[in-house]
Amino acid sequence: MSLNVEHAAVRTLPSEKPLRLLDNAGHAVGGAATGGFSLPDAETLLDLYRKMVVARRFDVQVTALTKQGRLATYPSAYGQEGCEIGAVAALTSDDWLFPTYRDSVALLTRGIEPGDILQSFRGDWHNGYDQHAHRTSAQATPLATQALHAVGLSHAARLRHDPIVALTFLGDGATSEGDAHEAFNFAAVWQTPTVFVVQNNQFAISVPLARQTRAATLADKAVGYGMPGYHVDGNDVAAVYAVTRAAVDRARSGGGPTLIEGVTYRIEAHTNSDDPTRYRQARDVEHWKRRDPIERLEKYLVSEGALTEAVRAEITDAAEQLAARTRDVMTTEAELDPLELFDHVYSRPRSALLEQRASLEAELAAGAFAAHAGDAR
Amino acid sequence: MTATATSTTPAEASAPTQLTMGGALNAALRDAMAADDRVIVYGEDVGPLGGVFRVTDGLQQQFGDDRIWDSPLAESGIIGTAVGMAMYGMRPVVEMQFDAFSYPAFEQMVSHVAKMRNRTKGRVTLPLVVRIPCAGAIGGVEHHSDSSESYWASTPGLTVVMPSNPADAYSMLREAIDSDDPVVFMEPKSRYWSKAPLALPVTTAPMDRAEVVREGTDVTLIGYGPTVRTALEAAEAGAAEGLSIEVIDLRSLSPFDDATVGASVRKTSRAAVIHEAAQFGGYGAEVAARVTERNFHHLAAPVLRIAGFDIPYPSPKLEEYHLPTADRVLAALDTWEWDLA
Ligand SMILES: Cc1ncc(C[n+]2csc(CCOP(=O)(O)OP(=O)(O)O)c2C)c(N)n1
Repeated sequence: MSLNVEHAAVRTLPSEKPLRLLDNAGHAVGGAATGGFSLPDAETLLDLYRKMVVARRFDVQVTALTKQGRLATYPSAYGQEGCEIGAVAALTSDDWLFPTYRDSVALLTRGIEPGDILQSFRGDWHNGYDQHAHRTSAQATPLATQALHAVGLSHAARLRHDPIVALTFLGDGATSEGDAHEAFNFAAVWQTPTVFVVQNNQFAISVPLARQTRAATLADKAVGYGMPGYHVDGNDVAAVYAVTRAAVDRARSGGGPTLIEGVTYRIEAHTNSDDPTRYRQARDVEHWKRRDPIERLEKYLVSEGALTEAVRAEITDAAEQLAARTRDVMTTEAELDPLELFDHVYSRPRSALLEQRASLEAELAAGAFAAHAGDAR
Repeated sequence: MTATATSTTPAEASAPTQLTMGGALNAALRDAMAADDRVIVYGEDVGPLGGVFRVTDGLQQQFGDDRIWDSPLAESGIIGTAVGMAMYGMRPVVEMQFDAFSYPAFEQMVSHVAKMRNRTKGRVTLPLVVRIPCAGAIGGVEHHSDSSESYWASTPGLTVVMPSNPADAYSMLREAIDSDDPVVFMEPKSRYWSKAPLALPVTTAPMDRAEVVREGTDVTLIGYGPTVRTALEAAEAGAAEGLSIEVIDLRSLSPFDDATVGASVRKTSRAAVIHEAAQFGGYGAEVAARVTERNFHHLAAPVLRIAGFDIPYPSPKLEEYHLPTADRVLAALDTWEWDLA
């Protein structure tokens, strides 16, 4: 099978400087910096821009709702839209995404409704969308665990001769976990159609990258597993898209996995309960704000005449509508059925759970939780 | 043992031959793989070698390395990739080489295998079987004889079963592979070589059911996996002393068959549970508590636990002192004040 492929190890080191197609001023760059990748066409770039603007608006809205106490927690991706959108836009709707808690805006790009994305963060149920319909796994919280699921699923697809790729996001901190190593290694040994996108946003909660690894870049790690690694400017959505697209195409045609590191920055706190002033300098945040992924592409599109005022107005309108939908769904309290607690543990009913369900039902009938029902958020 | 051959057509069932439990497991895997091409098998050394206990012997030759292969040596990787494969509709049957080597996969087992169905409101369910050779009495060096069943059994979302004989091994493994939910399938190593005359395929009781394997009227002895034999030995020796001992093979640790155990305890009014794992916080504590809660007024004496000592599993030359024996079982039963009954 597949597993007995000839050993063709990859030895090329990722570039020391992150690959980029657009510089911070929104100018197209050429030469070695591009790593041989070329700028996507104007239509693709405009689409990436639109997705990033809408995603940013969503993220800002959800953070505001979190401050109003509408959500229990929210890990923002503000500033990381280049990685999130650039990578996911390279997938087809048949491909699978294995996201983490950080990647809500990527889910949005997969067509998942705000209320379904946020169900878990507002505390209604651990996960709120249909994995199969959206080909998107439940957002994983235990770090790096989902990377193995992506490897397994894409390997299964390959065994079935289905041309499906699985892409998974990892944080820089998560690359230190054993499961990240095992996932990279399994994918390389089995040559699975998997794309690993490490969003190096510089911090794992409060711990900086330097305390996470001694490697020159996280993309360097790919070499040790025998797969291609790319060190990419994560705030250049064009570069992330182009590199991911190539990795997805290679995976689909049997060329095996790829590790992509997108260098970016988390502008917001880790979550709403974090205090980033304890571990990073305001001037660093300012520095990275000036390297914003959306502004960079906007400058380019405007200079090329591709982003007209009419289009900009239309995108703003779409973003506002989504924000309004998000507010609406988050200000309407979902009806929760406590008895559903017992419904999804096993596919076959278990007598012990049926007994426990009956006891909760009796408590509910006796009004045991009546006082709580009123003040539920 | 109510082992009945399922012979849909007479040609299907083979004539009874002496079969080991390892052989029965091998046959179950073979038949499951032949019946359904979504069934795949992988793990450490399961391919050309056939597994360190030879449970997968000959399967790669028959089904090819698209269906059964040697994975890299990484337990979390094995379980984590099996999660993804099951999500895609495969039915992976993965092997952990030894009980104590399943611990690197603990997070995947507890955080994902057990919870995926619940997290996703039933939209993703994982039809995967994790085979774990378990328990001791084979002279293994350290980390080769653990009893890890209570870790899995106390994890909601997992089904945990342990056969004690070849017929159940075959039937329960087939059922586990057919199950839409993840099953931790524990194989008592010391029983791998136990033999019984068997015609395959065989269907024994459903795997969530306990079985009364010896009838008695004075005491109910509850064992599972390796300690069913211990319980039967104790029953034999007890009979010589005039004690009528009923023996239950639990077969399923999670779910627990309250009905079968309860009916027996109400008949005998006394119960004891035997396992190799340490007593403190062990599976026997759950059995004793359940049996007591549900049958207190039928009990003439407290439920006893006969278990391994509360020590890490000892080295081979000392394991005989640690493992529960028939003598220890009878000595424990002697601590009851029988005339109170
Ligand atoms: C196995 C595990 N250990 C610890 C945690 C707690 N935790 C949640 S997020 C986080 C930091 C992760 O950093 P990184 O991987 O860089 O991703 P980021 O949050 O920056 O996107 C930690 C330690 C966890 N979720 N899982």
